[in-house]
Amino acid sequence: MLKISTAPHINSPQDTRSIMRDVIIALMPALAAALLFFGLSALVVVLTAVAGCVAFEYLVCRYILKIPPTTGDLSAVVTGLLLAYNLPSNMPVWMVLVGCFVAVVIAKTAFGGLGKNVFNPALVGRVFLFISFPVQMTSWPKPDFLNFLNADVETGATTLGILKHIDAESSATKLAGGLSDLPDYGQMFIGYTGGCIGEVSALALLLGFAWLLWRRIIGWHIPFYYLATVFIFTSVMWLHSGNIQVEPVTQLLSGGLLLGAIFMATDYVTTPMTRKGQIVFAVGCGILTVIIRRWSVYPEGVSFAILIMNAFVPIIDYFTVPRVFGTGRK
Amino acid sequence: MSNKKTFTMGGIHPDKHKITAEKPIEDAGLPEIVYIPVKQHIGSPAKILVAKGDKVRVGTLLADADGIVSADVHSSVSGEVLKVEEIEGEFGYLEQMITIKVEGDEWEASIDRSPDIIREINASPEEIIAKIREAGIVGMGGAGYPTPVKTTIPAGKKVDCLIVNGIECEPYLTADDRLMVEKAEQIIIGAKILNKALGIQNAVIAVDENKPAAIEALRNITRSYVGVNVQVMKTKYPQGAEKQLIEAVTGREVPSGKLPADVGCIVQNVGTVNAVYEAVQKNKPLFERVVTVSGDAAETPSNFLVRIGTPASFLINKVHGSPDKIGKIIFGGPMMGTSAVNINAPITKLSSGILLFKDDISFKPEETVCIRCGKCVEACPVGLMPFAIAAQVRDGDYHEMKKLHVLDCIECGSCAYICPARIPLLDYCKLGKYELKKSK
Amino acid sequence: MSALIISNVLILAGIALIAAVVLYVVSQKFKVEENPKIAEIEALLPGVNCGACGKAGCHAFAEACAKSSAEEFKNLFCTAGGQEVMNKVAARLGYVAAAREPTVAVLKCNGTCQNAPDKVIYTGMKSCRMAARISVGRSGCPNGCLRFGDCVRACPFGAISLDETTGIPVVDENKCTSCGACVRTCPRGLYEIRPKGKNGVRVYVACSNTQKGALARKNCKAACIACLKCTKICPEIRVENNLSYIPPTVSAEEFGKRLAEACPTGAIAYTGEKTSTEVKNEQ
Repeated sequence: MLKISTAPHINSPQDTRSIMRDVIIALMPALAAALLFFGLSALVVVLTAVAGCVAFEYLVCRYILKIPPTTGDLSAVVTGLLLAYNLPSNMPVWMVLVGCFVAVVIAKTAFGGLGKNVFNPALVGRVFLFISFPVQMTSWPKPDFLNFLNADVETGATTLGILKHIDAESSATKLAGGLSDLPDYGQMFIGYTGGCIGEVSALALLLGFAWLLWRRIIGWHIPFYYLATVFIFTSVMWLHSGNIQVEPVTQLLSGGLLLGAIFMATDYVTTPMTRKGQIVFAVGCGILTVIIRRWSVYPEGVSFAILIMNAFVPIIDYFTVPRVFGTGRK
Repeated sequence: MSNKKTFTMGGIHPDKHKITAEKPIEDAGLPEIVYIPVKQHIGSPAKILVAKGDKVRVGTLLADADGIVSADVHSSVSGEVLKVEEIEGEFGYLEQMITIKVEGDEWEASIDRSPDIIREINASPEEIIAKIREAGIVGMGGAGYPTPVKTTIPAGKKVDCLIVNGIECEPYLTADDRLMVEKAEQIIIGAKILNKALGIQNAVIAVDENKPAAIEALRNITRSYVGVNVQVMKTKYPQGAEKQLIEAVTGREVPSGKLPADVGCIVQNVGTVNAVYEAVQKNKPLFERVVTVSGDAAETPSNFLVRIGTPASFLINKVHGSPDKIGKIIFGGPMMGTSAVNINAPITKLSSGILLFKDDISFKPEETVCIRCGKCVEACPVGLMPFAIAAQVRDGDYHEMKKLHVLDCIECGSCAYICPARIPLLDYCKLGKYELKKSK
Repeated sequence: MSALIISNVLILAGIALIAAVVLYVVSQKFKVEENPKIAEIEALLPGVNCGACGKAGCHAFAEACAKSSAEEFKNLFCTAGGQEVMNKVAARLGYVAAAREPTVAVLKCNGTCQNAPDKVIYTGMKSCRMAARISVGRSGCPNGCLRFGDCVRACPFGAISLDETTGIPVVDENKCTSCGACVRTCPRGLYEIRPKGKNGVRVYVACSNTQKGALARKNCKAACIACLKCTKICPEIRVENNLSYIPPTVSAEEFGKRLAEACPTGAIAYTGEKTSTEVKNEQ
């Protein structure tokens, strides 16, 4: 029998599942870096988070919503990976699962599932854990190259934590002592520094970014404007005050900025639809990140900045409607 | 080259599949029976002049244009009129058609069948338009707007630019491409004829950069013609859409709800321009056209010179498409073409291609949820927000639909092509337009 | 410490008080005086804003009722609410409601999956209105039901459902208020609002095909072939455009069974007792 259908009769090779698969591939270099620096405990957290997110989504679809499970689109895997990347590698498994529950059940399916959630699920999970279990969430194992079994790993602060510490104690001697703990640019770039699983290695994240760009999954706009805003904002402050805390290169390479800018501020669902809107969103994220890092009690502000801007997405979308061809141009 | 142009808003890059680009135009030959619809254009159907049993020759007028927006229909074969009645068309709806049994190949004596190219343009502008009307020429790119109406500029408007549309941005189709390669000079003379009719000096032939042979062929000849230039365009879909092409070539934007003539432009498809040449210089009415028959279920895809009214099944046999392998038959390109219900539906003046798809790509994928990726907004060449239109159409909110400019949609299908969630966004836009027009 | 608590409580209470005063003043100042009858009438209406009465919604209808004179009121009728609601509204206003016969929507097509089997496979958006645009429909009948249920989605009362075996929509006459949403939605115009008939007994032609008999039969076994047999039973029945039409004035009780039994294709639907052919088919 002949088939009939409405035009167009062909589709782009990209579908939701292939996009999610590409994001997962883009996240793999960061996982490799985490394995090298934090050992198998990182893998445990990552696998727990992925399994937890997929399982929660499956269970909710199957037994609460009673719809065919949507786990096939792989979005739960991405949520799990991103959540794990935002956690320290020594996070207890049960806490990871609590994070998965909050991310998938509360932040995603309760809003109506993929495409309807207002806030980035992985970030909601992370912030929930961050506020609920501040001790576990702020003691990061120091990187220990190729020590897979994690024997006798010390914990320490992240680069941003050290900087915040300096701020709190203004005496000159202590400042010098704190500074010696700071990693150099090279260490920060390859990821030999304390921090969450997926955020430490700028190199690995940039590799992932290159993959996403090459596969045309995301545009360069959001990461570029986000990072540029942070860079310019901190540069102005640095040049003005000479304060080591806002030294722009360290600000770019440290904390979850790259992970957030490349993978979380570009999440389709929770960011604006139009180019113009995306730029507004990215600049807003950048300004909020610096403000939170500099003036709040928290050393890191990427998650909060993105979540706050997520809330503004409907308003941004409302004001950045594209111009329709043949109207309004003189 | 630095001076390649393209339109600014949106656009997509579907896989080209131009597998027949190297295939010369073959004469498809004569089928046993042709079905000639009396409405192959926008406007009122033509008035039928023949009756059952009449003998006709190639080029005999079968039906006369009824009103200004209408077009003459000529016989494409010689033979006997079998019946004049409603027959199932492409979509299965009944359409008024003239069925002719083919006997021999006798042409009307007035048609100049010699292969010589006539370069001298002797006809006056009025004569040119009259000849175009008598030849029943309509926009052969797919719109089917009668060409004489388009060439008559409304009072108070000034046209300064003729754009010959050789873009052919739809995947698979190569009919216009081959026509430009093989009939380059005819097209250029046709453009000069239209220039004369419009009273202007310049014509631009816009060709996508992915047709190097056509560009080469046209460039070789434009050297000896003043005022006709070839403009190479950066390949992007839907460049061949009238308003997008005008913007790409001239930078002028046709205001919403206005016509190209409002910004001083006239766009004609290369097929139409070739038909104009043949009508004015050779006295030949529009009764045959180049059709690409392609797709993955076609064994020997090719470009054919086909008599209007030839059943699609005749061409399908020519490319050895076996009926059990064909999942879908598309009239036109894969982006905007229509899938046919009836395998015997005739080729019309507007059929630029017939695509045969195998079963596996004939099914439309299931619609899933919108992931708000914004790709449809990015792809829309008109700057619409298809995802938002879809949401309003689902809710039936006409007021909001209007605010979203759904009536400006050119139905190019870019949004539905690009959507990773496989939402039939174009269907929603079309439904929105339909509902909006109905509610008025 | 306690001072802190008290001051906090006082501040909050103060804010609440100020807000309450502002809200009260504003609501009084901008209050729109409305005929209290309107609200009372609106409470009696079904409240689905179906628009079948010709007004913009239930509120607009209530307004029109409240304003109307006894004579004007006779022209107002809430289709969805029916006689019962209109009697209540009339009682409230002290008028008499016009008596109208209860009506119901009927589908003038019997192109079931069995009578009019699929000839092509339609893939894509499941919408009758889209399917009608790109093709004659999967059964091949240019006037028949497309079986994608746009009417099901359009019905504000949930009275229409697609029958799983036949594929065509079924109207639940107890839920149908004859608001006309299906009439407006169906791209083929297959719905007609007809009197419910005594005891729900109706007779009508369940076909809309205007093709000649042979063509119509090619696509659908239950097509009206304009054989004129029905016109011989009841001269009121008209056949135009190769299609028979039974006016609502034809008594279903008197002619219904005979008409249904006489129709050679079964295009005449009769909702009364089973016809002999139906009984035979079931056996």
